[in-house]
Amino acid sequence: MIEFSNYDIIRNLLIATQWTVLLSLAAFAGGISVALCLTAARLTKNPALAGLIKLYVEVFQGTPLLMQMFLCFFGLSLVGLNISAWNAAVLSLTLFTSAFLVEIWRGCIDTLPKGQWEASRCLGLSFLQTLRYVVLPQAFKVALAPSIGFSVQVVKGTALASVIGFVELTKAGTMLNNATFEPFKVFAFVALIYFALCYPLSLTSKILEKKFNVSR
Amino acid sequence: MLDFAALLPYSHVFIHGLITTVEISLLATVLGLVLGVTFAVARQYGATWLSRVVNVYVELIRNTPFIVQLFFIFFGLPSIGFKLSAWEAGTIAMVVNLAAYSTEIIRAGLASTPKGQWEAGKVLGLSFKQTLFRVVIIPAIEKIYPALTSQCIIVMLGSAVLSQISVQDLTYAANFVQSRNFRSFESYLVTAFLYLFLAILMRKAFNLIGKRLFSYRAER
Repeated sequence: MIEFSNYDIIRNLLIATQWTVLLSLAAFAGGISVALCLTAARLTKNPALAGLIKLYVEVFQGTPLLMQMFLCFFGLSLVGLNISAWNAAVLSLTLFTSAFLVEIWRGCIDTLPKGQWEASRCLGLSFLQTLRYVVLPQAFKVALAPSIGFSVQVVKGTALASVIGFVELTKAGTMLNNATFEPFKVFAFVALIYFALCYPLSLTSKILEKKFNVSR
Repeated sequence: MLDFAALLPYSHVFIHGLITTVEISLLATVLGLVLGVTFAVARQYGATWLSRVVNVYVELIRNTPFIVQLFFIFFGLPSIGFKLSAWEAGTIAMVVNLAAYSTEIIRAGLASTPKGQWEAGKVLGLSFKQTLFRVVIIPAIEKIYPALTSQCIIVMLGSAVLSQISVQDLTYAANFVQSRNFRSFESYLVTAFLYLFLAILMRKAFNLIGKRLFSYRAER
């Protein structure tokens, strides 16, 4: 039997942490892209589109992320797509992230006074120009803090990928636990690494929130 | 291709799982909110050291995944002498999790209380406790009630993870059924909708409770 020293445990956990970071980045990038498309669709003020997006948000916010992952992982293989754990995790986290981001951004865009849209109209700006030069620069400022705050939820969400067999930090933790029989130590390390990843994000979000609240 | 009829013989499994999920969520919500209010008061009005301790707890829980907290409690604590059943570990993990989040939310509500209310309470001869419980707390909760509702729903949905330590909840039922009839997609789809139903029901329940709790507004 191989003996695991503390150094071995931490080294292996850190190797797995790379996958947690990569998965978080992929999911967040994917989530932002999908949420941007959805936000654009919502801004067209088409009632059918708005209804669909509302349903989308309701479904993905109202069901457990774990269930969404199971459905992506087992469901898509049913229709003949052989999907890997990585792809299923990225897909489900992307959908989950986008559902929350689109809702966060909706709030940010809707806080802008309606008069700004009307004023831009009077000044002869087109819809896209209004969006580009008036709405987005302001909305971006407001949206930055809560979006970064939500990225913490994405990093924590990646832990669920361990359940469908993707080897990231949590999965590495359970595997090391099975090898060392030291669950207290192993999971404490795992928790600390997650904390080290998430706390800077939380802190940034908090600082940005204060900064922009003062300037407004 | 889809065969939902294959799930029918297992309906009792789903119902059993649903009941467990509702039970645990209800217990965790009540205990979590009670602790949340307590911690929020300690964080906002307590001594500096107490406030710091609560803050460390809140940040530790908010910045680590629920599943890791669950594994730590279920696998880690027994190794230093606290033996817990899966059900107990799951409930404790949910309470600890919700308490941390609700502390932060309720604290924001308390912080937004106008200073004048505290001063008025003092002038009227109310003690700290009386001012807190008869004047400050309900409007403070009312202000952050939507956020609190969402958080409780998120924690309820998070209970799906409890299946990983063999708590026989709704997700456990879904896993059990799909391992028997190999109808994974149907099983998970139905379960997802049951969760959605629970989430909507919970929001309705919170709205009803909110109406009762904040009925003083209507009396004026």
